[in-house]
Amino acid sequence: MAISNPFSNLFGRSPIKPMQEHMAVAVKAAAELESFFDRVIADDWDQAEAVQKRITDLEHEADALKKQLRLHLPKSLFLPVPRTDLLELLSQQDKIANCAKDIAGIMLGRKMTIPPSMQEKTVAYVNAAVKASDQALVAINELDELLETGFSGHELSIVEKMIQELDALERKTDQLEVDMRATLFHLEADLPPVDVMFLYRVIDWIGDLANRAQDVGSRLQLLLAR
Amino acid sequence: MTVIAEYGHILLILACVFGLFMAWGVGANDVANAMGTSVGSRALTIKQAILVAMVFEFLGAYLAGGSVTATVRSGIIDPALLSDTPELLVFGMLSALLAAGTWLLIASILGWPVSTTHSIIGAIIGFAAVGVSVDAVDWDKVTTIVASWVVSPLLAGTVSFWLFRSVQKLILNTEDPFGNAKRYIPLYMFAVGFLIAMVTLLKGLKHVLKESTFSPNFFESGLISAVIGIVVALIGMRMMRSIKQDEAADAINRFTSVERVFGILMIFTACAMAFAHGSNDVANAVGPLAAVVSVISTESVNSTAAVPAWVLLLGAAGIVIGLATYGWKVIATIGKKITELTPSRGFAAELGAAGTVVLASGTGLPVSTTQTLVGAVLGVGLARGIGALNLRVVGTIFMSWVITLPAGAGLAILFFFFFKGVFS
Repeated sequence: MAISNPFSNLFGRSPIKPMQEHMAVAVKAAAELESFFDRVIADDWDQAEAVQKRITDLEHEADALKKQLRLHLPKSLFLPVPRTDLLELLSQQDKIANCAKDIAGIMLGRKMTIPPSMQEKTVAYVNAAVKASDQALVAINELDELLETGFSGHELSIVEKMIQELDALERKTDQLEVDMRATLFHLEADLPPVDVMFLYRVIDWIGDLANRAQDVGSRLQLLLAR
Repeated sequence: MTVIAEYGHILLILACVFGLFMAWGVGANDVANAMGTSVGSRALTIKQAILVAMVFEFLGAYLAGGSVTATVRSGIIDPALLSDTPELLVFGMLSALLAAGTWLLIASILGWPVSTTHSIIGAIIGFAAVGVSVDAVDWDKVTTIVASWVVSPLLAGTVSFWLFRSVQKLILNTEDPFGNAKRYIPLYMFAVGFLIAMVTLLKGLKHVLKESTFSPNFFESGLISAVIGIVVALIGMRMMRSIKQDEAADAINRFTSVERVFGILMIFTACAMAFAHGSNDVANAVGPLAAVVSVISTESVNSTAAVPAWVLLLGAAGIVIGLATYGWKVIATIGKKITELTPSRGFAAELGAAGTVVLASGTGLPVSTTQTLVGAVLGVGLARGIGALNLRVVGTIFMSWVITLPAGAGLAILFFFFFKGVFS
């Protein structure tokens, strides 16, 4: 006897856990950048390629999760937060993985080397950007607690604090970016111009990574604002 | 008269078989909705849920099921019109049981969400209006019943909404949710015990203890219920004492320990839910049976005679058998599907629904437990408590109303003329 139960059909699949899973994968892709840059600086291109492959795989995984999530968010679903805000947050999360993939892709493709005098700063810069995306993940991981409290009350202030922390990390990345550009500016005359152009671009994109993380925080904030 | 004298025993046995079949259906399918919530939120294991369901469905049916049984038995049809032809009432109630049972079976196979309550009411209206006469139906009463089908989900939703809001305010949205959970949850436990005891004392017991002189007035009932509520709260506090804050689990989700405390509360609301369900839905099977029994034993239409206790027992037994043979599977299936409902939300939904259903049982209104629970869950959802709710289900439920009433009625009419042809 088949049973269609009105009661169990009432419950759709909650998007909260999948949102967090998606963010975890996206941030994992970004975190791989640290070891990618280590390999690049060590001039170990075989290993670098392996890491780049991992980043691409993670980006694909994030894409697949994103598609699944979208498919399971039909308009007839009643959610505790606006559906459009949730979808917007999702696409912001996804951009973190895309950004990581782009950085690794272009560096591997052009076998870009980083001038020795810049290497230490670059590592610090990448770490700062990755740290910002980690912080964004921490904030997103509060989504289930937020759902628990009906997106209100004491929990809101906790998340607000996390988002402030994220903003601070992004500002720190910004300062490092300015420093990176200045350093490269002094070196650029001695380097092949095309390489310099692409170095500037990579610096830009690493900054973007932190910006994307901050965007996730802002979207989360919009989700909470009432 | 001759028909009943001649075939009385066969008719009685048929009524018992059909009534048992109907009760089995309620136990096999319906109870799962009431218990699935607790299993889904992992407040109870399936075995515990079945145990709770067996005990409290039985208690609910026996202690508080009398009023609704009386309504189904003799509230919808005007007995005066049938006093010359009591056999028609017997045929009618038999066909209503058979029709509702058959319709539920068909609907379950086809996968439509139908309500046992709606099937049986539709069937009774059907045979009375067509088989006897349109005037035989107490349309005022029918209007009240149908109105209660609209009101009960709304009321349950409103209660659950405010219950969950109060939980947010008092416990979840505070600096120390765990401490506040232990502080305030006994209040909810008190409410569960008080509510159930109050309705049972005021409305239910008179059907069981009709010989006894024990009939508490409103004030006495309130006092006794308060004592029972306090006892329930004390038992709950004792059970909560073993729950300690689990730092490791809280690191992943800050509310893990808090939810464990709510899990204890949910054991109580699960009992209340089973009690409420038993008090209301057993009547679907037992009401028509009681009517048949009363006609055959007195050979006249007598609406004032109380429902014999053994009839309620038979219905309760049927539910337990249904639960043991098939219902547990359904509970397991539903439990797996609704894991989204954490104890803090599940209890709000269950308490809202159980309160509404028990109230309806006390007033003698047959309502659909499932739909009341759906209303309650929507109420919690409106308080922004549930990850995702499928609103299309609400439409499906509405459709099943529109189909179930005429379908139950049509089948009942068919069986009615069949029985009439066979026995007279």
